[in-house]
Amino acid sequence: MHSICFQATGVPGSNYIFDSCSPALAISKPINLRFCGLRKEAFGFSGLTHSSSGRVHFSSRGHSKKVSASAESNGSPPKSFDYDLIIIGAGVGGHGAALHAVEKGLKTAIIEGDVVGGTCVNRGCVPSKALLAVSGKMRELQSEHHMKALGLQVSAAGYDRQGVADHANNLASKIRSNLTNSMKALGVDILTGVGTIVGPQKVKYGKVGFPDNIVTAKNIIIATGSVPFVPKGIEVDGKTVITSDHALKLESVPDWIAIVGSGYIGLEFSDVYTALGSEVTFIEALDQLMPGFDPEIGKLAQRVLINPRKIDYHTGVFATKITPAKDGKPVIIELIDAKTKEPKDTLEVDAALIATGRAPFTNGLGLENVNVVTQRGFVPVDERLRVIDTNSNLVPHLYCIGDANGKMMLAHAASAQGISVVEQVTGRDHVLNHLSIPAACFTHPEISMVGLTEPQAREKAQKEGFEVGVAKTSFKANTKALAENEGEGLAKLIYRPDNGEILGVHIFGLHAADLIHEASNAIALGTRIQDIKFAVHAHPTLSEVLDELFKSATVKAAASSHGPVSEPVAV
Amino acid sequence: MANVLQTSFLPSTSSLRRRSISGSKGKSQSLQVKAKIREIFMPALSSTMTEGKIVSWMKSEGDKLSKGESVVVVESDKADMDVESFHEGFLAAIMVEEGGVAPVGSAIALLAETEDEIAEAKAKSQSSSNSTPQVVEEKPKQIEEAAPDVPAAAAAPSVPVAKAVTLGSAVHPASEGGKRIVASPYAKKLAKELKVDLGTVVGSGPLGRIVAKDVEAAAVAVPVAASPAKPDPVAPGIELGTVVPFTTMQGAVSRNMVESLSVPTFRVGYTITTNALDALYKKIKSKGVTMTALLAKATALALVQHPVVNSCCRDGNSFTYNSSINIAVAVAIDGGLITPVLQDADKVDIYTLSRKWKELVDKARAKQLQPHEYNTGTFTLSNLGMFGVDRFDAILPPGTGAIMAVGASQPSVVASMDGRIGMKNQMQVNVTADHRVIYGADLAAFLQTLAKIVEDPKDLTF
Repeated sequence: MHSICFQATGVPGSNYIFDSCSPALAISKPINLRFCGLRKEAFGFSGLTHSSSGRVHFSSRGHSKKVSASAESNGSPPKSFDYDLIIIGAGVGGHGAALHAVEKGLKTAIIEGDVVGGTCVNRGCVPSKALLAVSGKMRELQSEHHMKALGLQVSAAGYDRQGVADHANNLASKIRSNLTNSMKALGVDILTGVGTIVGPQKVKYGKVGFPDNIVTAKNIIIATGSVPFVPKGIEVDGKTVITSDHALKLESVPDWIAIVGSGYIGLEFSDVYTALGSEVTFIEALDQLMPGFDPEIGKLAQRVLINPRKIDYHTGVFATKITPAKDGKPVIIELIDAKTKEPKDTLEVDAALIATGRAPFTNGLGLENVNVVTQRGFVPVDERLRVIDTNSNLVPHLYCIGDANGKMMLAHAASAQGISVVEQVTGRDHVLNHLSIPAACFTHPEISMVGLTEPQAREKAQKEGFEVGVAKTSFKANTKALAENEGEGLAKLIYRPDNGEILGVHIFGLHAADLIHEASNAIALGTRIQDIKFAVHAHPTLSEVLDELFKSATVKAAASSHGPVSEPVAV
Repeated sequence: MANVLQTSFLPSTSSLRRRSISGSKGKSQSLQVKAKIREIFMPALSSTMTEGKIVSWMKSEGDKLSKGESVVVVESDKADMDVESFHEGFLAAIMVEEGGVAPVGSAIALLAETEDEIAEAKAKSQSSSNSTPQVVEEKPKQIEEAAPDVPAAAAAPSVPVAKAVTLGSAVHPASEGGKRIVASPYAKKLAKELKVDLGTVVGSGPLGRIVAKDVEAAAVAVPVAASPAKPDPVAPGIELGTVVPFTTMQGAVSRNMVESLSVPTFRVGYTITTNALDALYKKIKSKGVTMTALLAKATALALVQHPVVNSCCRDGNSFTYNSSINIAVAVAIDGGLITPVLQDADKVDIYTLSRKWKELVDKARAKQLQPHEYNTGTFTLSNLGMFGVDRFDAILPPGTGAIMAVGASQPSVVASMDGRIGMKNQMQVNVTADHRVIYGADLAAFLQTLAKIVEDPKDLTF
């Protein structure tokens, strides 16, 4: 995954520049490398609001009473405020921040220029989970020997594309209305329009052609999220050359689809498409598929998720030019060698999905009005998510969370960051430990992880002079997994034998995404192995995979029990 | 050894053998407890895996192993997998070296609990080294097991497999005049699996792309496309003036052929008019019905009326009347033969039977036949008619009662009872049977019934 950073730094001006980490973070601490990987393919689509048609939306409500505020000069902060907190962007990050702000007694408004719910709910995690639920069931029904082994007989499983698409769409609508209602019920003002920062503690919002409304707030959180990143040379027509935004609508199931990028987004879609009968070709710029994962997990995942399926791949190549299908011609993809830049191959496929990562959605935010310059689109922030201006000073009362800051492009990370900011503005210092934020890829079986990968841990260990221990358990030994006839899987623990600190946990197997939280909570709370190994797990459950994992670690006798290892480390 | 091979038609024996090898502990990756020296078995990494190849040993003899540590990388029919130790101990002896192949459930290494036991384990591995390779041999690939069952092996022509498919190359806009091959991901995978050269396959997908079914068709087309009219003077890959030892499969065939000499066989021939059958075939060919399926069906229907021809003699003292009629059909594959079995051919309708046959052939070529799909035959058909052979005789597979050799159907001038001369399509069949249980009159009656069915084939389609 360090190689992802390499992609940006080593290949300047390449198509994939946005894949990389934000430089403020990437170079300074090796620990961040991990998140570069995550960021690249953040399955989470964790970004917040955006509108591909421009940051324009109708204002449903007038806020004329606030006009008085606009009489003040833009350069100086207002004396009194309309709100305690204004959040620009009503995605999962903004929503999480808003709910916590209300709990803390803040008068809160949220500005949304598109639809409530942002990428995650409308064009990301949520509808993709609907499609993946379908693909998981299809896979089961189609696996004849799996069914036979359970004693089941199923005749030819089929699907109705529109029905599947409707399921995804209905789920998104439902979650969207839940989100909207939860905010309304708590008294969060939802202001409709595109939010722009016009000065310190001052935001305007509204629709083009109508007078803008200006509102003031003690604190402002930018949570504008991200959009699919499309490298130059690739022409997206929304029909045959598509991004995740289009793919989630499932308007077609092509016979053969090329997926550019083999990270979370690409992997999940390969799972969906192959279950629905497509054949898939991966195009990956790095030398290996699934670059963001722990190498051992990646290797196993490739054997289960790629090799036996109708998938082939080209690694170490860039797609320099992708032309949509037209005039009876297929989609044409020109590949060059990632290193030598020599033309390598030409592919002709029925469709291409661009899953090369996500780019921050920060244009038109008015950051120049507070002297802030984005770095390749990302808003620079410190570890407390405070926005940094061009002179490396903190901008007072301005924070940025979620995909827009690029720290960790996952929906739940955005939400956690939002909560952290609210904690800070209500008087409690709080630094979010990003190493305790889990990530998951919802393939069949699932992949999940938290903390460091083994190479990262070893690098850190060498620098800081400690020993690294690795423990592994297999799903093959788990009763519940075998009952489900899903024994394929591995859980891996990376730890410090000297004090029992958990450095990272990686799981590949049935319900891995649900299993990871025991590990991520342990990391967040600083629980050590010698303590958690005494925690009891119901039998028979998949959670015993982690139980066994903790028990199989050997912590030196000298390591004392009880109490957190150390204060959570900020990143 | 020979014992095992000769009985491989018999499900009961074969399943016994299976059980004895995989041991009482059925769990994959299991290490069986034997004093303090445990055997590391070849694990079953997938449901279709019958044997595994050792890609590399990650540990050397004498290395300490902890529970859960990867010991060896095994290549199964699907993928390379790291195999972990489920016990602690020392890797005492490696019994199957890198690159070696071992059947699922056979020991590939010994694990000693303490360092002191390493020597003991080594000694043990040496003493059992005689048996170890046997284990490997006893459970050869499914194909190798099945091959000796087919006495017609001697008669099978050596068919050059990969090349003989359709000539001409895929025409595709991106193929740059055939220089590039445009094939879908699955088609490529299948081609590798089925050993089909994509350059010889004509694509039927969008814009001439090669898709999976083209590869499947090409793989099945191989034996049919091989024309007897232009035989290769020397089969490719054969160096003249050399002595080439048998492969495991060929060795098994050889032993089995000798074994067959202990069975007193005799032969009865019959000429059957096939005009009606040919007409029927023409009519339902478009529905995917094959001649093989039709012949199997006709044979099965005749066997219903003559159960003794479907019987066999297992111990020299009794008739074993088989409960189902399972028609084994010999198919030439690269370097040998296999006999996929059409089970209950008397009960299954002709369309299902044809589909089943295609599936079996595909599986046979992909080497994915399950044991019950090739060793449960009760009566064998061997057809060389498609090569223009007009008559031949077959050797009886040990463990069965009869085998029928089918020649080509050819137009012949025939004098009929009413004194006229006419042209009729006729084929010659020749049944070899075990005279301990099947007598001349039995075969004569059976053949008469078969001829009736073939000459009036309306019953074949129900």
